[in-house]
Amino acid sequence: MSAWITKSAAELADALAAGEVTSVELTQAHLDRIAAVDGQVHAFLHVDAEGALAAAAASDARRAAGSPASVLDGVPIAVKDVLATRGLPTTCGSKILEGWIPPYDATVVARLKDAGLPILGKTNMDEFAMGSSTEHSAYGPTHNPWDLDRIPGGSGGGSAAALAAFEAPLALGTDTGGSIRQPGAVTGTVGVKPTYGGVSRYGLVAMANSLDQVGPVTRTVLDSALLHEAIGGHDPRDSTSIDQPLPALVEAARLGAAGDLSGLKVGVITELSGEGYQAGVLARFQESLDLLVAAGAEVVEVSCPHFVHALATYYLIMPCEASSNLAKFDAMRYGLRVLPEGVESPSAEDVMRASRDAGFGDEVKRRIILGTYALSSGYYDAYYGTAQRVRTLISGDFAAAFEQVDVLVSPTAPTTAFKLGEKLDDPLAMYLNDLATIPANLAGVPGISLPAGLAEEDGLPVGFQILAPALADDRLYRVGAALEAALERQWGGPLLAQAPALAPALAPAPGHATTEENR
Amino acid sequence: MPEITRDEVAHLANLARIDLSDAELDHIAPQLSVILESVASISGVAGDDVAPTSHALPLTNVFRADVPVPCLSAEEALAGAPASEQQRFMVPRILGDEQ
Repeated sequence: MSAWITKSAAELADALAAGEVTSVELTQAHLDRIAAVDGQVHAFLHVDAEGALAAAAASDARRAAGSPASVLDGVPIAVKDVLATRGLPTTCGSKILEGWIPPYDATVVARLKDAGLPILGKTNMDEFAMGSSTEHSAYGPTHNPWDLDRIPGGSGGGSAAALAAFEAPLALGTDTGGSIRQPGAVTGTVGVKPTYGGVSRYGLVAMANSLDQVGPVTRTVLDSALLHEAIGGHDPRDSTSIDQPLPALVEAARLGAAGDLSGLKVGVITELSGEGYQAGVLARFQESLDLLVAAGAEVVEVSCPHFVHALATYYLIMPCEASSNLAKFDAMRYGLRVLPEGVESPSAEDVMRASRDAGFGDEVKRRIILGTYALSSGYYDAYYGTAQRVRTLISGDFAAAFEQVDVLVSPTAPTTAFKLGEKLDDPLAMYLNDLATIPANLAGVPGISLPAGLAEEDGLPVGFQILAPALADDRLYRVGAALEAALERQWGGPLLAQAPALAPALAPAPGHATTEENR
Repeated sequence: MPEITRDEVAHLANLARIDLSDAELDHIAPQLSVILESVASISGVAGDDVAPTSHALPLTNVFRADVPVPCLSAEEALAGAPASEQQRFMVPRILGDEQ
């Protein structure tokens, strides 16, 4: 195992700039790690060794010529399989897109390429980002590197597990109801959902357009800030993209790391702590609050009374948008086409029905049917209309809270990682994992999850969530970096240093040097 | 809010163009009822005086200058098609005998 793979992206960028290592070496080290451990973790759906090494060689040439494309030029990255990558398979964890090779790049992917980051491959996820455990992936679940029998969170469990298993120093995720932050929490990694509109959604295969957001998946707060600055900012190809510059995120993270939070007011959301939260989660949360106070922050309790309705509101709005979005998988222009059995000369509609039955998994079908129901004539006002009005009340709670405090905080997820299979066929139990992360998506505000330590009862990671007003993403980084620094002083290093070592596969494929499908 | 029956789920699946087998209907229909029962808790939370929010940010129509920009070639656009012919998507028949 190369010593480079446990470094942060910021450290790797510095080492590249100082000429201590080449991008080809770093990229190969991560490809070797993937070959050694991904058989157990299954974070990747596709590994592009050839493409990544070619991009790394080009990066090294730029460095040698003294003209790196960005600070992160040459630092490899993994990309969630819901983002279109030109020439690389993009399945969204679904059989309906098996083998689809997009003819274009998502804007965030184009920005990674422009910034010189070699793309290692595509990461596993719940089908169309619907789930909290990656168990809804049509290609098999990802395993949590802390305990391979447990879920890595979802939907972006592949990206988070890749970071936790040191298979990649950076990754992209997407967050519709917590799909970046909840996997971050249960794998002991960092994940950020930027302000809605702060990062382009062009080329992101939409689940719920009004809630989806692309964001960084990393091991440190500073790394998230670096990646956020690389992918963020206005994109004319996304009409919901915010047409103004990002705040200074990296600067905020560096400022926060100095540790002084004097004058900062932190609000603990009454409705998002207490009942339903695991004891070890609450204990770590309280410990982090104490560290914020020690750093000079004032901590108060703030009530957001309508947050108790956020989960129900989300599970109406999201299926409505998802059922509309997934109508495009019609077996005509791209994706799976299945002919119905025993039908002579089937019509386009027959083919559509058979293809969608064969191509979509259970959770996707549930949500499509739920959305179709809630949008049907006669029910629209009762369901979708009602949910949209409650959404207004939830945004109002945020606005009122941010008049009293600078940031809001809560545990990221109510529990630590549960066992694979435990909640797979109990949709409501699965939905409860997103209790604390959903309000931010409904209101469009930014949020971060960072590791807060291990729960005493099971020794598994706990996440601490920080939420800020829309457009004030810099506050996440300032407060997050301060808390991270204080926690790491207690731990004597990063939390992931305490993760069990993954035994390398008995016979790793030598070099793993060709583009290949895993499993 | 009403419970969702197995027949209704079959009808909705038809509207959503998904062939659900009997086994799938038996499995999914009760789950949907449980979910609907749970989300029904928000009825009556917001009065009619509360304006609906469709989007997290207030947005008006966004336009760009009306100038051509490069786009996919026909070959690229057709690259993922299950079947194509003469630079067109090839699809099964659209009309039935009765039409």
